[in-house]
Amino acid sequence: MSRTLAEKVWEAHVVRHGSGAEPDLLYIDLHLLHEVTSPQAFDGLRLAGRQLRRPDLTIATEDHNVPTIDIELPIADPVSRTQVETLRKNCAEFGVRLHPMGDAEQGIVHVVGPQLGLTQPGMTVVCGDSHTSTHGAFGALAFGIGTSEVEHVMATQTLPLRPFKTMAITVDGELKPGVTAKDIILAVIAKIGTGGGQGYVLEYRGRAIEALSMEARMTVCNMSIEAGARAGMIAPDQTTFDYIEGRPHAPSGADWDAAVEYWKTLRTDDDAEFDAEVHLDADELTPFVTWGTNPGQGLPLSASVPDPEAIVDENERVAAEKALTYMGLEPGTPLRDIHVDTVFLGSCTNGRIEDLRSAAAVLRGHKVAEGVRMLVVPGSMRVRAQAESEGLHEVFLAAGAEWRQAGCSMCLGMNPDQLKPGERSASTSNRNFEGRQGKGGRTHLVSPLVAAATAVRGTLSSPADLV
Amino acid sequence: MEAFTTHTGVGVPLRRSNVDTDQIIPAVYLKRVTRTGFEDGLFAAWRGDEQFVLNQEPFRAGSVLVAGPDFGTGSSREHAVWALMDYGFRVVISSRFADIFRGNSGKQGLVAAQCEQSDVELLWKLLENEPGTEVTVDLTNNTVVAKDFTAPFTVDEYTRWRLLEGLDDIALTLRHADDITEFEQRRQGWLPTTDPVPAS
Repeated sequence: MSRTLAEKVWEAHVVRHGSGAEPDLLYIDLHLLHEVTSPQAFDGLRLAGRQLRRPDLTIATEDHNVPTIDIELPIADPVSRTQVETLRKNCAEFGVRLHPMGDAEQGIVHVVGPQLGLTQPGMTVVCGDSHTSTHGAFGALAFGIGTSEVEHVMATQTLPLRPFKTMAITVDGELKPGVTAKDIILAVIAKIGTGGGQGYVLEYRGRAIEALSMEARMTVCNMSIEAGARAGMIAPDQTTFDYIEGRPHAPSGADWDAAVEYWKTLRTDDDAEFDAEVHLDADELTPFVTWGTNPGQGLPLSASVPDPEAIVDENERVAAEKALTYMGLEPGTPLRDIHVDTVFLGSCTNGRIEDLRSAAAVLRGHKVAEGVRMLVVPGSMRVRAQAESEGLHEVFLAAGAEWRQAGCSMCLGMNPDQLKPGERSASTSNRNFEGRQGKGGRTHLVSPLVAAATAVRGTLSSPADLV
Repeated sequence: MEAFTTHTGVGVPLRRSNVDTDQIIPAVYLKRVTRTGFEDGLFAAWRGDEQFVLNQEPFRAGSVLVAGPDFGTGSSREHAVWALMDYGFRVVISSRFADIFRGNSGKQGLVAAQCEQSDVELLWKLLENEPGTEVTVDLTNNTVVAKDFTAPFTVDEYTRWRLLEGLDDIALTLRHADDITEFEQRRQGWLPTTDPVPAS
């Protein structure tokens, strides 16, 4: 029978098929841990006298809470410090490899996994973090779970799950210069809505997707959750294999050949049917930004703040009114006229080396606008080291931006990197929810190119506006 | 987990769609390493507003939350479920739930009851017109009842069974430990491992 990519990966991991309403039992190949969603799960194991079944399929990093300056000092916030120290104690007790603050491999969990070569096609990957969907860029079935499920995977290396539905997101055509993976995914979410993907695995396909680098594919898959989807996937191809080859945990020799042979089978069969299909034309896409308080409230940068009165659906109209009040925006204001106070370049969405390179290319020879603060936070210490070896940090510093250590940082403001009430940001992160970047903070989601151009002009801008 | 069959409590109308888990509990409240004590973080940003529904009697003591569509979107934080339960909620009614939130609820015994949006609207009107109205959510026959209002709701069949029986997922899975071991013997040798460290 013809199958989609997601169905192939699912089937290859079924330990036991459920009967009737009973879910399948799915094997998990890789479990990623961080300090926020794991302490209660470790406690649960201890309380029940259970073992961590597969420490060799488990890895941890410190990312959500960590400061991005003065990392050699103890964490100032005692509650954050306790959480990080608890992760260290738990990892030592249960034998889990941990990349702590200051370690060369420390960074955001979804940047670290791929860069170590631990994320590979056809695997099942989970983490107590919704942006686990990032790893789907490799053709892995990767999804976020809650802490009860974290404990379940710790104890059994499996999860009981009902099969997901499948949705094809086909992006044909070719992206114009200045239009990026971030613009693709923001446009997808605006099109299908924050609930449009609920219950689905999205498979991104089509020429524009095939043309993307691995890092750009990760940006796309990362935000699948923002459309409500369980996961996002892209079929592995030569781009994928080239990215993995030679990484620390990649197979080598005869194992490499066997792996690649298997990975090549991980494509949706030609006559396989999806439960839903969506089409986008890459040629029609332009830089995209959000104006509201959920990632579906986005428009091309050339548009204006929408008028809620013109929205037919009552729920959406009320949501838009509330969003504009929170965001302090007037209907009809051109998006390009919106002033920002802060630009944040980083996160598991856009904190990789290509993101830093593209932003640096825009910033080179320019200055961050008067009164604007720009934070550049690499996704991992390895990304930071790579950027420094290329001299990118000098470009950021010369422009007047701050060059920070690795972590989740202002994406969710669990560390001191936060917006103040009423402050407005252009952010390469993934969520523009109320208060996400700090209580009362106002977030516009943008690509790294738009972030850099916005930093220079002080208003939402694309690189084309700088010429 | 405690079994859930039926619950009756004050209904709380929350006329908002897309209530994401950052609204349910902001990230700054996620730093605790315990499983309890999250009630102070529940809707923290909104509770500063006197007009917010939970700041008004008799809703303050509510235990059945009736919310707009796409409840629980965003972050996978199970703390959202803990915060709702620590506050006293036993049921959330919405026409659409985010998948991870729904899953987390089922693990903790919070019932995520999915109703038609038209029924949610009727319930909102009833709760606003007659504040303090008690809502009964009966998992044995999947109905929501409040005064003369009755509506069906859906909840995943397997979750429903587990909730009714009060069964723990991990214990259920461990019944199949032999199947897991057998599966592990079939896994490809080239799949990556993570360099674990000796357990202390």
